[in-house]
Amino acid sequence: MRRKFRISKFGFRISDTALLSGVPQIRNPKSEIRNRIDWLGEFFISAVAFVAIAIIFLIFIYVAREAAPLAWRTIDGISIWSPFQPPYVWQPVGGVPKFNILSLIAGTFKVTLIAMLFATPLALAAALYTAEFAPPSLREWIKPAVEVLAGIPSVVVGFFVLIVLASWLQDAFSLQFRLNALSAGIGLAFAVIPLIYTVSEEALTSVPKLYREASLALGASKAQTAIRVVLPSASPGIFAALVLGFGRAIGETMIVLLASGNAATLSLSPFVPVRTLSATIASELGEVVFGGGHYRVLFLIGVILFIITSVINWMGSRYNRRLRQRLFGTA
Amino acid sequence: MLQIGQRWAEVYMKDHPAVTIQVTGGGSGTGIAALVNGTTQICQSSRPMKDEEKASVKQQRNAEVIEIPVAVDALAVYLNKQNSIDHMTMEQIRRIFQGEITNWKDVGGANANIVLYGRENNSGTYVFFKEHVLANGDFAERYQPLGGTAAVINAVVKDVNGIGYGGIGYATDLKAISVAKDAASGPVAPTMENALSKRYPLSRFLYWYTAGPPVGTIKDLVDWVLGPQGQNVVKDVGFYPLKDGAQSQ
Repeated sequence: MRRKFRISKFGFRISDTALLSGVPQIRNPKSEIRNRIDWLGEFFISAVAFVAIAIIFLIFIYVAREAAPLAWRTIDGISIWSPFQPPYVWQPVGGVPKFNILSLIAGTFKVTLIAMLFATPLALAAALYTAEFAPPSLREWIKPAVEVLAGIPSVVVGFFVLIVLASWLQDAFSLQFRLNALSAGIGLAFAVIPLIYTVSEEALTSVPKLYREASLALGASKAQTAIRVVLPSASPGIFAALVLGFGRAIGETMIVLLASGNAATLSLSPFVPVRTLSATIASELGEVVFGGGHYRVLFLIGVILFIITSVINWMGSRYNRRLRQRLFGTA
Repeated sequence: MLQIGQRWAEVYMKDHPAVTIQVTGGGSGTGIAALVNGTTQICQSSRPMKDEEKASVKQQRNAEVIEIPVAVDALAVYLNKQNSIDHMTMEQIRRIFQGEITNWKDVGGANANIVLYGRENNSGTYVFFKEHVLANGDFAERYQPLGGTAAVINAVVKDVNGIGYGGIGYATDLKAISVAKDAASGPVAPTMENALSKRYPLSRFLYWYTAGPPVGTIKDLVDWVLGPQGQNVVKDVGFYPLKDGAQSQ
């Protein structure tokens, strides 16, 4: 994603660079060696890229393999269907363990949506401001500042919400529960804002200057240009930013673990505690019986989390391609 | 109770390299079954062995069961200092944590909703509370599990309407209430003495069982566990030593 924007910023496309490299060179032994080094370098880079993909693939295989035995046999009275059957209760330890994960899935999406509702307007407004309105001197300051925000460890954000923000929210709205989906969602927004900001700011700045000049020449104001011309032109990149943010929010663990109250509730209210898939894995995997039913279910949750993020990213990139096609006629 | 067995084994084996102790989990029932079958020499249990179980050990192993209390486990129920309530019955605590009572006024307090805190399901404290207080029933949906006793205390200190549970020794900025076994008996304060004398209802002994009196290496191990070193391990893991003497060491 990032590479494409960089390239378009400098005004040429991949096809142009391909043409450049095809310029005939004077044949000499030195260039033969250079070619070989070139080839080696290329091989090395593609090998590294392949390793990265292989690692992700192997992680998925490992997680799926730990969950797999549930598919063909019942372990401790748990089958692969138990997490989807009533009663809708997640109490995996006790006399009659109950493993329904509906409340965990609902909780995950609830917190993620709240986080996106807070993060999207803030991050987009900040990106639009830095890309279109801020004087260059101020821009030099804002961008690194947001990058510092991205560098804050999520456990610190979670702790801040747990100790400080949750009390403010409770006092401000006189809430019954100090820790709830709202407090966790706002904490999560802190983690997502820098990501959405950085990617969409890059998308905005990579919109060709020509568009702005044409718009201004037609008599549009600076604000009109920014909102009616630049923002729609950058929409594929902004959309990609939102998808990335969503994926980050759904898998984020430490903030929700500390700030959500962790009760596995089924409710539409943002003011009750929630338990997410990721927080469940984090807090329970440490003490389960290795290879037991509870252990397998936790890995099954891992598989589900993996599938959810993959599907969202895949749908995001598909829609992104379609959007680019409609706007620019290229994929 | 698996935790404490593992720690004892680790520490003991460090001091006695010639001895190998293998600790296996699965719950008290599993351990007792292993003692009956003779696949283990010592069985740990967080509940006293039933008479039928003792009988089957005698039948299978041809030896009397020896019961050795090795540690004390006790929980306090915490309330915020501003809460006017200072004692409850076990039944009231159960109904509160199962979500049958949701307002403090139903147990004699202010008209406010109760907020439940406790430990995560990976903790022995959670299991003890669930077995002992909830009679293995489920916690209420809005029960908020937290990562440790310190987190539970922090939550109840910050929440006027909160209730939580945890170890006896931890309660400083909050109120550890007295608990009555039932409506007929009087409330008992959560102190070490009351826990050791078993008058306090939220306490229990943790046991070791052997088939026949321990001899040789097993006897050395049992003596070590009951001695100052073993009882220090008890404290490290978060349970209570049998005698106050072991606490100060």
